[in-house]
Amino acid sequence: MKVIDPHIHMASRTTDDYMALALGGIHTITEPSFWAGFDRRSADGFHDYFHHISVVEHARAARFGIKHYCWIGLNSKESENLQLAEDVLKIIPEYLDKPTALGLGEIGLNKNSRNELNVLERQLSIAAERGEMILIHTPHLEDKLKGTRMIMEMILNEPRLQPSRVLIDHAEEHTIGEIKDKGFWFGLTLYPNSKGSPERAVDAVEIFGSERICINSSADWSVSDPLATLKCANEMRRRGHTEDLINKIFYENPKAFLSQSPKFEAA
Amino acid sequence: MLQEKGPMQAKEALEKYFLDNRARMLEIASFLDRIDRYSGSPEAKEDFRYKSLMKALKIILESEDERTKKVQLFFSDLSSAPLEKVTDQKAYGAWKESSNEGD
Ligand SMILES: [Zn+2]
Repeated sequence: MKVIDPHIHMASRTTDDYMALALGGIHTITEPSFWAGFDRRSADGFHDYFHHISVVEHARAARFGIKHYCWIGLNSKESENLQLAEDVLKIIPEYLDKPTALGLGEIGLNKNSRNELNVLERQLSIAAERGEMILIHTPHLEDKLKGTRMIMEMILNEPRLQPSRVLIDHAEEHTIGEIKDKGFWFGLTLYPNSKGSPERAVDAVEIFGSERICINSSADWSVSDPLATLKCANEMRRRGHTEDLINKIFYENPKAFLSQSPKFEAA
Repeated sequence: MLQEKGPMQAKEALEKYFLDNRARMLEIASFLDRIDRYSGSPEAKEDFRYKSLMKALKIILESEDERTKKVQLFFSDLSSAPLEKVTDQKAYGAWKESSNEGD
């Protein structure tokens, strides 16, 4: 089977993980910019990071026959520092121009603060001016519902942005309905012991249908699993879902969303 | 149109997932026992996360449908104003204000 993982942080993963992806049929991946596990001290750290995900990881993936794309943006955790944010916003366009960069992401909210909202609004206007696609990070746990609503409102208030070119990630049972009703794509993230499980992700497919849904591993430097998408596909199979439906969820859907960028081509 | 609703029968789902969920029930029971057993138990039980978890169990028992969504909403911050300043980047998994509402 062929799988596209639209959200995976390969800069934090080993070469063995690339081999496992290749053997598992995950031959196309996209890597959003995110928090490194610590706050970077200056925009120089972001220069290096954006270079890493737009050039270095692309080449590392290619050695395994994997197509690697990236998303450029300032994550919400580091948006609380407005001076740093200002400096990082200036270098974002340069990296959006890379042939591997699909748009702005993952941008969004973490604690739903005024500074985070301010920086998100600035990044949304960069996306609007340039006609870029967007990958949204929604807050975790108790902050998710409120943050998801704030983000959607902000995007819908910008007439130059179309919900069909935005994927709202880390959706869960209490946010999927609202996201889908407003015309956005949504992502479900599989975490090994916290938050989403393969069982609940497949429940969501059964409850909300197979339109505009993507499932990802979000594998990063913390407890996570780069093969989570395959395990979830297997859970669908175990329940008796057809190979056609499994292929739609794990390949055709992410391909349809990502192909809205002229730079994207699925393996 | 692709089949989405789920091809399994309810009884098959029960067969497949019963043992996993029986084990999860025992995890919850022993987690609560552990809090009872350790010193400082009364203070821990006043914590909003403990109270929220106990209420979530009630929600599960008392709901007839959409239990997952109801528990998710119960654990969520339902306010709408932005936070003025981030002083704590952490998320806790429960919302203080809903844990204090009367039953
Ligand atoms: Zn991520």
